[in-house]
Amino acid sequence: MNSHYRIVPAGESVLIIEFEERIDPLVNATTIACAESIQAAAVAGVRDVVPTYRSVAVYFDPLRTDTDALLERITHEAETAGPGALVAREPLRIPVCYGGDLGPDLPQVAAFARMSADEVVQRHASATYRVFMLGFVPGFAYLGMVDPDIAMPRRATPRVRVPMGSVGIAGVQTGIYPAETPGGWQLIGQTPVRPFDPRRDDPFLMKAGDAVQFYAIERAEFDRLKAAS
Amino acid sequence: MKLQPARAGVVVIKPGMLTTIQDAGRWGFQSRGVPVAGPMDPASHRLANALVRNPPEAATLEVTLLGPELEFDDERVVAVTGAQFDVLLDGRTMPPNAPFIVSAGARLRFGVRRAGARAYVAISGGIATPLTLGSRATHLISGAGGMHGRALVAGDVLPLGAPNDVYGAVSLPQSSVIALPDHHARVRVLPGPQSEYFAADALEVLQSAPYTIAQNSDRMGFRLQGPPLSHVRGADIISDATPLGVLQVPASGEPILLMADRQTAGGYPKIATVIAADIPVAGQLGPGDAISFVVCTAREAVAALIALERTLMSVEAGHV
Repeated sequence: MNSHYRIVPAGESVLIIEFEERIDPLVNATTIACAESIQAAAVAGVRDVVPTYRSVAVYFDPLRTDTDALLERITHEAETAGPGALVAREPLRIPVCYGGDLGPDLPQVAAFARMSADEVVQRHASATYRVFMLGFVPGFAYLGMVDPDIAMPRRATPRVRVPMGSVGIAGVQTGIYPAETPGGWQLIGQTPVRPFDPRRDDPFLMKAGDAVQFYAIERAEFDRLKAAS
Repeated sequence: MKLQPARAGVVVIKPGMLTTIQDAGRWGFQSRGVPVAGPMDPASHRLANALVRNPPEAATLEVTLLGPELEFDDERVVAVTGAQFDVLLDGRTMPPNAPFIVSAGARLRFGVRRAGARAYVAISGGIATPLTLGSRATHLISGAGGMHGRALVAGDVLPLGAPNDVYGAVSLPQSSVIALPDHHARVRVLPGPQSEYFAADALEVLQSAPYTIAQNSDRMGFRLQGPPLSHVRGADIISDATPLGVLQVPASGEPILLMADRQTAGGYPKIATVIAADIPVAGQLGPGDAISFVVCTAREAVAALIALERTLMSVEAGHV
């Protein structure tokens, strides 16, 4: 039974379950499990269930929802949610061409970490990351935790345009830009894989709770995969 | 007998300042980072559809500040709701909030704007651009939905769905379902979800004077200039969900009211949330307009929503 949670409203159409206030894989796993069981309950009137690092927002239509029953249901799910197996799924393996014009900030990250660029790549590609949440733009996954030695903070001035597929670091977070957008993360490489592609049967590469690994590919392989994507 | 065009549509002669295709929004994918989008004034969007006998979720045009000029390939029933503009059909003034027939080849032109910021143009059959994740709503930042994910441009041809029976089923003219603001709106809020991040008097300060909507405001949110709100636990939180109508407050202390195109999550504490029944009125404000906030109760919020729903449902049922 969880005792570390509270339920707060945001207006009359949203209830938010907040778990412990920290970025932590166990808290996040509990959060995602809670969101999944609320989603599975399919309560009439619920429009969207949105897990983030440590909270679940339940969007509903107050004119078509039994609000008392909903509150009772989500209270039960919050109390009984547990982290389960932390890595229940096979890690998703994502190819990255590191450095060069595809990863223009790799030299700065290497200088920050006082190590070679190759060592930065090795550290980035040797971890298994957790998808804590998605946000920012469709398909953007916040992945953690980055090796603290290479966890360089975001750039002081964000770039106006970050190319689609860019792989960046922002402190202990890493992620892939699913579209060309503005962005302040340190860009260390690029993947030919699309995190969001509305033409696919499943447009989304990742969902909250997934495990992700990166592996290095050469430029020729990148170009070949990119042309095929 | 007249030759039918291969595919009936509406040709955009002039696009207006920012005209986008909107429907009831892209629900169900916020957990994947997909913003909801949809109309800034959902009540007027729904009224427009009801007047031409479209289902409430049909796609309409949201017209912003400066309206478009449109040419119709075939005969349709059209209604314009929301912000009050001079609307001219081949030079004849058309009434707001009332269905009218547009014949094939006719031109609909928006003239002077009298009140409000956003008008909705519903066309019988609805706008039939392709669905993206179940919705036609345009989200400008991510380039999703609508006409290639962007605002309309001259030369666009908007595909239309098959209309319901054009004759005999149209509604009577209505008064607007919302009170159009005259450059100032008073909206009700409920405290939270993070009011404990603010000084004890912050909710009083929020209600003490009107805020001005800054020029860099858009469909994502209104940046507000007015009495700053003091944080007591810093201006950063672990990113969490950002519902429609929340007032998030960055370090400057000046709130940002999150509107239709807001991102799914954000990292600033949120002091209060505009009630759903007052979102349509807020959606009729533009840069330079003023907005005042007043705290209400959850009971009041639901009662106001029921009242709005009753009005819309009676138009939809056609017995007014």
